[in-house]
Amino acid sequence: MANCKETLNELEPYIDGELSADAKKHIHGHIDGCVDCQQAFEFHLELKAAIQRKVNNDELPNGLLMRLESCLKEDFDGDGNVGVPSDR
Amino acid sequence: MVPLVGIFWPRIARHRLGLTTFLLVADRSMFAERAMEYAPQLYSTALRMTRNAADAEDLVQETMMRGYRSFDTFAEGTNLRAWLYRILTNAFINRYRSKQRRPMETDLADIEDLYLYKRVSTMENAAGSLSAEDQFLDLFTDEEVKSAVEGLPDTFKLPVILADVEGFAYKEIAEMLDIPVGTVMSRLHRGRKSMQKELYQYAKARGLVDTPQDSD
Repeated sequence: MANCKETLNELEPYIDGELSADAKKHIHGHIDGCVDCQQAFEFHLELKAAIQRKVNNDELPNGLLMRLESCLKEDFDGDGNVGVPSDR
Repeated sequence: MVPLVGIFWPRIARHRLGLTTFLLVADRSMFAERAMEYAPQLYSTALRMTRNAADAEDLVQETMMRGYRSFDTFAEGTNLRAWLYRILTNAFINRYRSKQRRPMETDLADIEDLYLYKRVSTMENAAGSLSAEDQFLDLFTDEEVKSAVEGLPDTFKLPVILADVEGFAYKEIAEMLDIPVGTVMSRLHRGRKSMQKELYQYAKARGLVDTPQDSD
């Protein structure tokens, strides 16, 4: 069974889903019996989830949507026209 | 075909052919329909990279145009989102690298491991509550977290965005940034600690931590 130091060394690959099934089993062998490590792992999983939730929510500007429509000649916003009004 | 394209666009052309010996070529007329669903996340990422709405719009437009023009190099069955992010990342690096001094690994001070956790868990133990971590994290505003990411030097910011925000695998990030997987991991490690330190500063400034007496 791994000790705390070895386990915490694998914290980032673990939360990033980069560990093999065997390596994950090894980690669980330790954290299931170690409250300290378990809390550290849970905190960082939640931190990563919080970052994902809070950082990737900017709205696509309408102007950009119209520029892309105009470049790619597709009516994405379904207004029956491609691109910005001045292009037509 | 791939080496020829590689002359013009070496990074995108580095497809993984895997075990198949033939490659299905993507239909360019389908590009807009298939790629547009990724435009909002590409824009979010571009905004973090450039910290400027006008530059972010230009970067996304450039990404989509480059994607459209080279869509016949996209291997069907591979990840279109990762392919677009590789174009975005390269467009950003090519556009801004010349304007900035070369970023150094030493741009970030050495910060202790588990920086935020150590401070938060002490606080929570004192409060007698161990299940409040996610609630604590929710106290940060979107703007604070965005600014903690944006404040990182590009060398660290790109791996952090690609892993933490976009959830790409180390191998995908290594290919996008053209660096070894080990370098992705060490930059992520240092970038994350620096971001955590920044978040802790916000928490302190707002009185979310280190407040012995009730501020309410």
